[in-house]
Amino acid sequence: MTNHWIDIANSDCILAIGSNPAENHPAAFHWINLAKERGGKLISVDPRFTRTSSRADIYAPMRSGTDIAFINGMINYVIDDIERNPRNYNLTYITEYTDASFLINPGFKGPAELDGLFSGYAGGVNEADNKNRKYDKATWTTQLDEKGIPKRDRTLKDPNCVFQILKRHVARYTPEKVSSITGTPKEVFLEVCRTFAATGASGKAGTILYAMGTTQHTCGAQNIRAYSILQSLLANIGMAGGGINAMRGEANVQGSTDYALLFHILPGYLKMIEDNDTSLEKYLARITPKTSDPLSLNWWSNTPKYVVSMLKAWYGDAAQKDNEFGYNYLPKIETGKNYSHIALFEAMAAGAIKGLSVWGQNVAVGGPNSNLERKALDNLEWLVVTDLWHTETSDFWKRPGVNSANIKTEVFLLPALVSYEKEGSVTNSGRWMQWRYKAVNGPGEAEDDLWMMDKIVLKLKEMYAKEGGPNAEAITKLAWNYGNPASPHAVAKEINGYDLTTGKLMSGFANLKDDGTTSSGCWIYCASYTEDGNMAARRDPTPDPFKVGLYPKWAWAWPVNRRIIYNRASVDLNGEPWDKEHPVIWWKDDKWVGDVPDGGQPPMAVDPTKTKLPFIMKPEGVARLFGAGMADGPLPEHYEPWERPVDNIMSKQQSDPAFWIWRPEEQGAADKFPIVASTYRCSEHWQGGQMTRNLPWLVEMMPEPFAEMSEELAGEKGIANGDKVIVESARGQVKMVALVTKRFKPFQVGGRKVHQVGLIWHWGYIGMSTGDSANCLTPHVGDANTMIPEYKAFLVNVRKA
Amino acid sequence: MKLSRRDFLKASGAGLGGFALLGALKPGVAEARPFNPLPLKKKVGEKTTICPYDASGCGFLVAAENGKVVNIEGDPDHPINLGAACSKGASLRQLSADNPRRLHKVLYRRPGGADWEEKSWDWAINEIARRIKKTRDAAFTAKDSQGRTVNRCEEIANLGGSALDNEECYLLSKMNRALGVVYLEHHARI
Amino acid sequence: MADKAILFDATRCTACRGCQAACKQWNENDEGEGEKTTNFGSYENPKDLSPKTWLKMEFRETERAGKVRWLFTRRACMHCTNAACVKVCPNGSLYHNELGFVAYNKDTCTGCGYCHDFCPFQVPRLARTSDLTTQGKMDKCVFCSSPGLDRIAAGLEPACVKTCPPDALEFGDRDKLVAEGRKRVTTLRTKGFGNAYLYGDKELGGLHVMYVLDDSPQAYGLIKDPQIPAAAIAWHDILKPVGWAAVGLTVVGLGLNYVIAREAKMTHDLPGKKEK
Repeated sequence: MTNHWIDIANSDCILAIGSNPAENHPAAFHWINLAKERGGKLISVDPRFTRTSSRADIYAPMRSGTDIAFINGMINYVIDDIERNPRNYNLTYITEYTDASFLINPGFKGPAELDGLFSGYAGGVNEADNKNRKYDKATWTTQLDEKGIPKRDRTLKDPNCVFQILKRHVARYTPEKVSSITGTPKEVFLEVCRTFAATGASGKAGTILYAMGTTQHTCGAQNIRAYSILQSLLANIGMAGGGINAMRGEANVQGSTDYALLFHILPGYLKMIEDNDTSLEKYLARITPKTSDPLSLNWWSNTPKYVVSMLKAWYGDAAQKDNEFGYNYLPKIETGKNYSHIALFEAMAAGAIKGLSVWGQNVAVGGPNSNLERKALDNLEWLVVTDLWHTETSDFWKRPGVNSANIKTEVFLLPALVSYEKEGSVTNSGRWMQWRYKAVNGPGEAEDDLWMMDKIVLKLKEMYAKEGGPNAEAITKLAWNYGNPASPHAVAKEINGYDLTTGKLMSGFANLKDDGTTSSGCWIYCASYTEDGNMAARRDPTPDPFKVGLYPKWAWAWPVNRRIIYNRASVDLNGEPWDKEHPVIWWKDDKWVGDVPDGGQPPMAVDPTKTKLPFIMKPEGVARLFGAGMADGPLPEHYEPWERPVDNIMSKQQSDPAFWIWRPEEQGAADKFPIVASTYRCSEHWQGGQMTRNLPWLVEMMPEPFAEMSEELAGEKGIANGDKVIVESARGQVKMVALVTKRFKPFQVGGRKVHQVGLIWHWGYIGMSTGDSANCLTPHVGDANTMIPEYKAFLVNVRKA
Repeated sequence: MKLSRRDFLKASGAGLGGFALLGALKPGVAEARPFNPLPLKKKVGEKTTICPYDASGCGFLVAAENGKVVNIEGDPDHPINLGAACSKGASLRQLSADNPRRLHKVLYRRPGGADWEEKSWDWAINEIARRIKKTRDAAFTAKDSQGRTVNRCEEIANLGGSALDNEECYLLSKMNRALGVVYLEHHARI
Repeated sequence: MADKAILFDATRCTACRGCQAACKQWNENDEGEGEKTTNFGSYENPKDLSPKTWLKMEFRETERAGKVRWLFTRRACMHCTNAACVKVCPNGSLYHNELGFVAYNKDTCTGCGYCHDFCPFQVPRLARTSDLTTQGKMDKCVFCSSPGLDRIAAGLEPACVKTCPPDALEFGDRDKLVAEGRKRVTTLRTKGFGNAYLYGDKELGGLHVMYVLDDSPQAYGLIKDPQIPAAAIAWHDILKPVGWAAVGLTVVGLGLNYVIAREAKMTHDLPGKKEK
């Protein structure tokens, strides 16, 4: 989240798309209702009418997998309206705080000219060869002046400026076209446009609440790009009640991402080391962004300080200048190789992975193409699972249809503790780091994961010290001293980091150094545990000066306790808030008041020599409408999902040109599987189900997996409400209860009727409540940029069981 | 003829309809008894915690007596949820050690085994470390085909983390990278 | 002491069912593995109230002029002012307490079941405590006032109110909530919800659980103009004072029929047997 939960109440319009907060984030509804009470509007865009839709001012049905068409259509409406009614928009924000005025390489071409592709594509339209499914981005560049600063046309008239390129790009997404792709009735779509575009006025703020409905597509990252463009044009980023807010689904998935439990990053979003990074210097040179613009703060220019401080935290005294601070102890990934979830299971299926540790994750239910992934586990020599109970993952060898005698995997199942049986912190969607306390002992010999990791690492250190092994020093020299039993406070302090010359805890990352005199395990958490104490444990309800719900002394938010990021864009060039009713920061008496500002320099018109551009994390200092960093195009373009019910109306290019495909032979076609399916969750259950399918109160409320479908589809298939149905895809089939509802309607797509069903996915074969897993149907294809599986749009057929 | 209860009530009503007015005139509260409650038999809350389900970060109060959780409800002081809890949050008590499905002991399943065996922590830690070392040492790539130092192990994978605390996630990251693990993934990707 | 009440605002509810779980959590209705349920083509479950489910949310779908709505209704004791259960309870186990809600002394309940049978909302439920006899104890929402679990006396809101994330439930003085409810209904009407209604304002002498509705009570599955069954009034106002002997044969005959029917229904009502 750029903003945070409480801030939703400040919004004039809440666009819930790719999300269902009433179902999956019920606490949000206190703040949504408060916003509505204050006159704000709630828009729910979803393939079916949900619990969120039930409270919405506008419900817009939209076929799964067509978000880009929908949002590009909204952007088209906004650009058109900006030109007709410029006073209704914040043009200063658009010209000064975004790259709308930047001039792009004249050689750049877009989908209107290239059959749906952008310039530089290695392959042809609908390229099937994976090695050609990528772009050379040589033309996706900004024109620079002689000083290396982007050339700009602040009138936004130059045909090569981003605004004009974007305008031409989205002009193709007329309301008629949008309606014919998405199935959203045109009038409803236009009502959404009018309502949300009203937040473009200076002083108004609209927020986008999204979740996995946005990300779990072959074009998931582009969906978010589309939101970013819309929100930037509407001057909604940085504002109270604005922003782009990912509502995250697990208590600490924000923290686990911050700490980089992902192949492509190191803690604090530092890029992972690659094989070409043959020295620390080369690595830092590759990953540290540069700018020639003196107005750009380019915060990531500090990258070397964060890398070296992390190495100091990891290797302590063994990390010295002459050994590149232990840089070579760390692994380097193969450049271009995919190690993401699907790739990992493909490697396992191929027998290339021998050992797996799983910490509180039920992959046998949560992973895509579950039949395949469960079978891949058979290839392991050993598996370690820590959990509260038996899960489908720990007990994969007991799954229906297999003879456990044939499965040679050794399994260790370690009994873990519940959140309130141990101590430590978690970070919520709004980046609030909050400390939790132990209230009671766990059962029997259950222990917390920290204890287990500590014991395993100490044992490994002992073994490597005694027996040696390849790169043994990476383990023997690893700084690992957290007490006995290991204390979460000791770890939290290491994460915060120390001034190694004084031994004092660091007060913030601005003081981190790249010379080995400071340590910090994860720079974005530097300032969370200081000499003043554990910031995450704070419970001081003092409001912020403007009373916009920041609660600056309650817990702690990364970075540097900033509650709304990009907040420098919430003020005008003089530092006056665009929205004086909900100011986030305000330049008063030569200083910033309110939230921790995104860069403490004076406003742009107050002191042009000392000021900095507001988007400090971007080397160009402004919000990007033109996203040259993306793998599949600098602007979002509609493509159909991998499995499409109809052909792409926008171009000949059917699906995203750069997404990841592993098993082309498993693609279902519309003649055999004509129905769109999406998996989703319900309020009463959680993820792989291990934490809810074992709780009687939740099981009795929601006892079985179900497939939601329209009365029309049920009628065509002779299915009655409550019947058992078989849902089948090219990967497998599942049996579920049919929930026949008025809340699902067929879509009119390109003049044809397209049905969609929704499948609840939390179930599996272990636990108090069992049932088929919807993920037996989902494919091994991944988003072009994030490699997230396409859970939300694939094809199935349905029949009465 | 079998008379259901509803039928009976309807039938009685038909026969005695005239009494309805009489009833309405007699407010029930006229015979209210004094409000004389007993004190609460259990604590409401003691330790603060944060919900382990979604990432709203709602605050909760946990009360335990004699090692047993007796109540968990929303923390009214917490600014995000102001004491509220959804169905999952309101059910947090059923996650406690009282849930008979919770694991109490380390369990081990032999290759080809049909069931679990109980084991000690000492045994398990030693055996797990042994497996990690064996696999890592056998599969370790110190240098790639171009002679570049890569120090990675591609035969061990690690999953999970978003249900763990920050401090645990950090150590998981640190320990896996130290081992050379590159197949490091978790919930955020799926 | 002023009457207390709960105001349920259906226009704010998201049916997360925190209330349904919190009710069980606080009141310790957590025996064994809970109620055995199956999905019957709805988000709703358990299918009905029971001795262990004192509060449940009901889900209704409506469609008018192409506009789909999903309506959520709270189902639990209404704590009526004119409460049939209080009238028919033979030994005063059910009674109005000083705060106006229908309290319950479980120790003295004989399990006769009249409260269930006469309740216009069919709320109280009997749990059979012995397989050999039909003897059991009634259970229902008691406004979180069971002995030792009395939240109101402890200065706490009822568990359902406290837990409600979207603030669809409020607890307070009844007269203040009536005023608030009327205000919200007026606002809803100005927003075009012509059928908006404050349910419980007048019904049965005033309910202590009131509903702000943006549609008719029937659309939300609530009985329009609920009445106390006349037999309950007869029992309370005539039979109880004068005794069975003075009653005419018609009533006695009906009463006997009723007892027989009740036997049959109780067997049917046993937990686990009511659904296929």
